Amino acid sequence: MITTKRESNSKINRRDFLKTSAAASGGLVIGFHFVTGNKVANAQEPPKPNVAPNAFLRIARDGSVTVQVKHLEFGQGVTTSLPMLVAEELGCDWTKVRAELAPAAPAYAHTMFGMQMTGGSSSVLNSWEQMRMVGAAARTMLVTAAATKWKVAPDKCRVENGVVIGPANQRANFGDLADAANKLTPPEKIALKEAKDFRIIGKSTKRIDAPAKVNGSAMFGLDVTAKQVPNLHVALVKRSPVFGGKVKSFNADKVKGISGVTHVVQTANGVAVVAKNFWAAKVGRDALEIIWDFDGVAKPDSAELRKAYLDIAKTPGAVAKAGNVESLKTAAKTVTAEFELPYLAHAPMEPLNCTVNVSANGCEIWVGTQFQTVDQGAAAQVLGMKPEQVKINTMLAGGGFGRRANPTSDYIREAVEIAKGARVPVKTMWTREDDIKGGFYRPMVAHRVVAGLDSAGKISAWDHTIVGQSILAGTPFAPMMVKNGVDATSVEGVSDTPYDIPNMQATLHTQQGGVPVLWWRSVGHTHTAFAMESMMDDLAKAAGQDPVEFRRAYLGKHPRVLKVLNTVAEKANWGKALPKGRALGVAVHESFGSVCGQVAEVSVEGGQIKVHRVVAAIDCGLAVNPLTIAAQVEGAIAFGLTAALYGKVTFKDGMVEQSNFNDYPILRMTEMPKIEVHIIPGGVSPTGVGEPGTPPIAPAVANAIFALTGKRLRALPFNADDLKVA
Amino acid sequence: MIRFTVNGEHLETNVPPETPLLWFLRDNLSLTGTKFGCGIALCGACTVHVDGVPMRSCSTPVSSLNGKKVTTIEEIGRTPVGKAVQAAWIAEDVVQCGYCQSGQIMSATALLAKNKSPSDSEIDAAMSGNICRCGTYNRVRAAIKTAAALPRLRLKPKHRGRK
Repeated sequence: MITTKRESNSKINRRDFLKTSAAASGGLVIGFHFVTGNKVANAQEPPKPNVAPNAFLRIARDGSVTVQVKHLEFGQGVTTSLPMLVAEELGCDWTKVRAELAPAAPAYAHTMFGMQMTGGSSSVLNSWEQMRMVGAAARTMLVTAAATKWKVAPDKCRVENGVVIGPANQRANFGDLADAANKLTPPEKIALKEAKDFRIIGKSTKRIDAPAKVNGSAMFGLDVTAKQVPNLHVALVKRSPVFGGKVKSFNADKVKGISGVTHVVQTANGVAVVAKNFWAAKVGRDALEIIWDFDGVAKPDSAELRKAYLDIAKTPGAVAKAGNVESLKTAAKTVTAEFELPYLAHAPMEPLNCTVNVSANGCEIWVGTQFQTVDQGAAAQVLGMKPEQVKINTMLAGGGFGRRANPTSDYIREAVEIAKGARVPVKTMWTREDDIKGGFYRPMVAHRVVAGLDSAGKISAWDHTIVGQSILAGTPFAPMMVKNGVDATSVEGVSDTPYDIPNMQATLHTQQGGVPVLWWRSVGHTHTAFAMESMMDDLAKAAGQDPVEFRRAYLGKHPRVLKVLNTVAEKANWGKALPKGRALGVAVHESFGSVCGQVAEVSVEGGQIKVHRVVAAIDCGLAVNPLTIAAQVEGAIAFGLTAALYGKVTFKDGMVEQSNFNDYPILRMTEMPKIEVHIIPGGVSPTGVGEPGTPPIAPAVANAIFALTGKRLRALPFNADDLKVA
Repeated sequence: MIRFTVNGEHLETNVPPETPLLWFLRDNLSLTGTKFGCGIALCGACTVHVDGVPMRSCSTPVSSLNGKKVTTIEEIGRTPVGKAVQAAWIAEDVVQCGYCQSGQIMSATALLAKNKSPSDSEIDAAMSGNICRCGTYNRVRAAIKTAAALPRLRLKPKHRGRK
């Protein structure tokens, strides 16, 4: 989601960062206080600490090692990969490692963004040095404790699998040393292992959270019940069917008689029905009558928007990348292309929810969120409290894809409003219909590209215009990410393309509109990769060249991208004969510091697009957990393929036309291609993994369809009718 | 009163008869392993077994359950097939966010209980009602094949008599 160029390591002031504090339960607790060296964002002043101690690591007397994971676990595997970083340096027994999700607290701030958050495919890379230092500091203290006990020099001791071993083969378990270690001052100097000595990092490691996720015991936000929060109620909200509409009046007469309904609470955006359980709340909400006030509210219409976007794309916008495109007039050939992409809902499997318990002195919240401290601040604002009075329990989230990282904290604010109004603990839930119709979509986007080739078939100029709403305008991120009218997330992947294209200009028209938009797995790259990689394929065709060969000529300055392209072409047997009715398409795209290339093998029968196989290669720097990296690339492909084949949220008379999985379909098992993932070895530190697999799939499939049928599909989702005409 | 069993436990309830089983399990019994995904039987996250048959609990009214036996994800590991499926899920590192996996496992267990060695198309037929937004489908398929090859351990059934 948040994207920016970044260094791979945070610069941590090592002397300032370590503190120890005694855990109430005994054992060793490593806290972590750091000064952010290259803090990219200062979107929010961190609230004062309300969680003590700010512990990342707890070694109990039984030898169990518990890592506080500062990022949200929503599938990407942080509850395994972050503990791997700690364990690598700690030298503990991996089977004794546990993971807990950290609450909202300043100590858990992202080392580059300066606020607690999960996004931008940055969880592992921003923790890379920090978590290893936590492990190394603890190991040093455990060794010192053992050496003191044995009256030997610490450097004569070594650590193996949770045991400190002395020079005379003395042995002491971590658990037995934890109390003594906890009394020590943390080391000033910490030496981290060299990559060649890694034993856990780089090794395919099964997920720590899997056992709880196969027997129903894993606790997601939605799973908070009266067992955890006595007297918990459930709320459903009727929201305006047009974004921005306000409640003019409502009639709850038919609601109040429904058994189980306890409260009706008006909120900023609608009316909530609070009940003893979900079903009563649902029946109650269905019976609620609301008259809406749409005065002055825009009523978007997708057909009109498409026309307007394509019209405005014919003129240049705010400059994102400056270049002289005059030579287009004299190009030997020009290719003009318009790309259209709709609004998209995130549709995580776990619908949004937030549980709130307000008391006289504070508020406790249970929520799967990517933005703990932002949400903490928002909840405090609604309640007129201080952020430190709000405790946020981070729950597992059933997907998120950016939806749970909302700078406006929409679903948290609303849940707090309801609990405040009802004066009982409330779990506010969203149905799937609420989710699909509820906004904060990937923006609708249009691209218009005019590119020229010279007589030798080389690109001579490239004029690229993008039209869409800004994700970041009006948010606390705007000062950092919106410059000269250009939201970096609207143009990323075009303005910073690794292709060495001469005379390239990229401009942006930022559209206003009443539709709330948000980052969606891979953000701007969701549309820029489609335009860039479709265009490169078109130009290869116009130049009479092979699509892989054509791309290679523009990657001389980017050996990493070139290597991914070459790898994926080789592994997919690019250029070799295929069964009749099949074709390959290629795309490669850089995002979140990583490069992912994909070759899709596609057939089209009776207008039905079938993706049989995808060969993917990813360079994500140093690969921490190859098993998770492959899983993320597989999942990112499924996510991108869903959008390519089906994904669209459209408007008529200001209202969203889709509602549930019947009209907002998600890829199913029968449609899942075989996928092989090749991880490029090497790299000195990790780069992004969760998102870079999404951008290439749509253009790879479009390029395969083009190779197969000669028909270029430039609008997503693909329209089968376009192929029947072909 | 509607009487049925959930995970071997005999229950009688007077909740409104149209209450979907999903919400009875989650809100009345605090059995939250069964998940809500769509509410209209399109995603499979709420799959449970009713007399051994996979059913979408979001669209199964409690009134239809008189005399029936409901089994949920919390109990499926106590059946030989369910235990093998869970072990295979871990062996293949299937889960990502994990939210849909209760339903995937219930569908897979029902399949393997009647078909010891399903083909790819039989797996497709049994599993295509279960959506996974994380895209774990290939690992789900691999895990079903792994589970099919695992020995089925005999397990002691749990007996609970509380009314």
